[in-house]
Amino acid sequence: MTKLEVRNVTVSYENKHVIEDISLNLKENEIVCILGVSGVGKTTLFNAISGLIKVDAGQVFLEGEEVTEKSGHISYMLQKDLLLPYRTIEDNVALPLLIKGEKKKEARKKVEKYFAEFGIAGTQKKYPKQLSGGMRQRAALLRTYMFSKEVALLDEPFSALDAFTKNEMHKWYLEVMEKINLSTLFITHDIDEAILLSDRIYLLSGKPGKIAKEIVIAEKKPRRKDFNLTKEFIEYKAKITKLLYGESEDDNQ
Amino acid sequence: MAGIIPAFMLPAPTDVIKAFIEDFELLMKNAGNTLVEAFVGLGFGILTGFIAAVLMDLSNFAYKALYPVLVVTQTIPTVAIAPLLVLWFGYEMLPKVILVVIVTFFPVAVSLLDGFKSADPDTMQLMKTMGAGRMQTFFYIKLPQAIHPFFASLKIAVSYAVVGAVISEWLGGFKGLGVYMTKVRKAYSFDKMFAVIFLISAISLILMKIVDLIHKKCTPWEEE
Repeated sequence: MTKLEVRNVTVSYENKHVIEDISLNLKENEIVCILGVSGVGKTTLFNAISGLIKVDAGQVFLEGEEVTEKSGHISYMLQKDLLLPYRTIEDNVALPLLIKGEKKKEARKKVEKYFAEFGIAGTQKKYPKQLSGGMRQRAALLRTYMFSKEVALLDEPFSALDAFTKNEMHKWYLEVMEKINLSTLFITHDIDEAILLSDRIYLLSGKPGKIAKEIVIAEKKPRRKDFNLTKEFIEYKAKITKLLYGESEDDNQ
Repeated sequence: MAGIIPAFMLPAPTDVIKAFIEDFELLMKNAGNTLVEAFVGLGFGILTGFIAAVLMDLSNFAYKALYPVLVVTQTIPTVAIAPLLVLWFGYEMLPKVILVVIVTFFPVAVSLLDGFKSADPDTMQLMKTMGAGRMQTFFYIKLPQAIHPFFASLKIAVSYAVVGAVISEWLGGFKGLGVYMTKVRKAYSFDKMFAVIFLISAISLILMKIVDLIHKKCTPWEEE
């Protein structure tokens, strides 16, 4: 079942197309990645999907219902964790429920059960600055999940983390996704991350940004622990590098 | 300095302490009166400052209409309007409170407005994606983010409030540190004059410290 569908979306800024004729879809329980170099219009695409900006053309459908240029329908985790420093983690996570009009007590009760699942048990009463970058990112993802348990857009969720934490977060992310069945569209400029986490990858390239290619990662989930060391992984990486830069890394050597 | 400057012009610290002890009861009674005026005025000053800041944040029209008026109110010398307020509102508490409101609401309004306007744009965008309305964004984002500038302005406002109340008492009244000051000045009791000056400074310092403590209490997330 298709959860999210983007049809022929074009967005301009100062009369110049930033992204052009973008069509993509996200099926139930899928993790789909938008991969592209910086400045290709990935965030613009997400802003358009989530209804934060106007589109020149095209439509966005969430579970069959048109949500073009309507914000407040699709869960969107922006690049930074954006946890409110003056609210405890549980109140940060409960924010989407409070905005929907739920009482504070009920909202806290509802979010409570997910803390262990997201690996942040015991942080409920802490403030964001008392948590590490990785833990904050988990809390931010839980907040995103509390807004919608169906579809989420994640804009470079792990880009601000150091390499070690990032590695840990990738493992954690795949484990959590197995449990919560959240269909996710995420942005990255990290080829390894895209192959490691996604079921499908859309390559965004050019000026204006267009979908250059759709790549299916055939490796089954849950993925092998050493998937990133396998021949298949390297092949995917070589293929994507060639498509993005016009030549493979091997050719450079 | 002894002998160079006559004692009536610059009394010795011991004389000032002596004067303070001698007049302690009278000073405290007057200080109580001045503090009541300062607090009532400060309370209304905060309230009007808050309302003005909210209005200016919500509506661009209100901002354009109110902001210049606010600035102009601060260019009028306090000492010049105090006698007018006495003329219009009498010798009781009202003119003093009004003067304190005039001097305290401006720092509060300006700092709150700055706090509201400096809300992080990414966080505002996040609230939009969650479908938050204007009021929700105000209460969840803008208001809490203005807490630090608010307390910074409150620190200024408390000292303005005390000084404002004293100045208004100079120009007409029956009680308060300002009235006491006028009396001792006329009697050339400069030891008492210095005693009351130090008392006013001490009151302002204590109030500023109290604001600091409340600020700390209200921002538990800043603790290490």
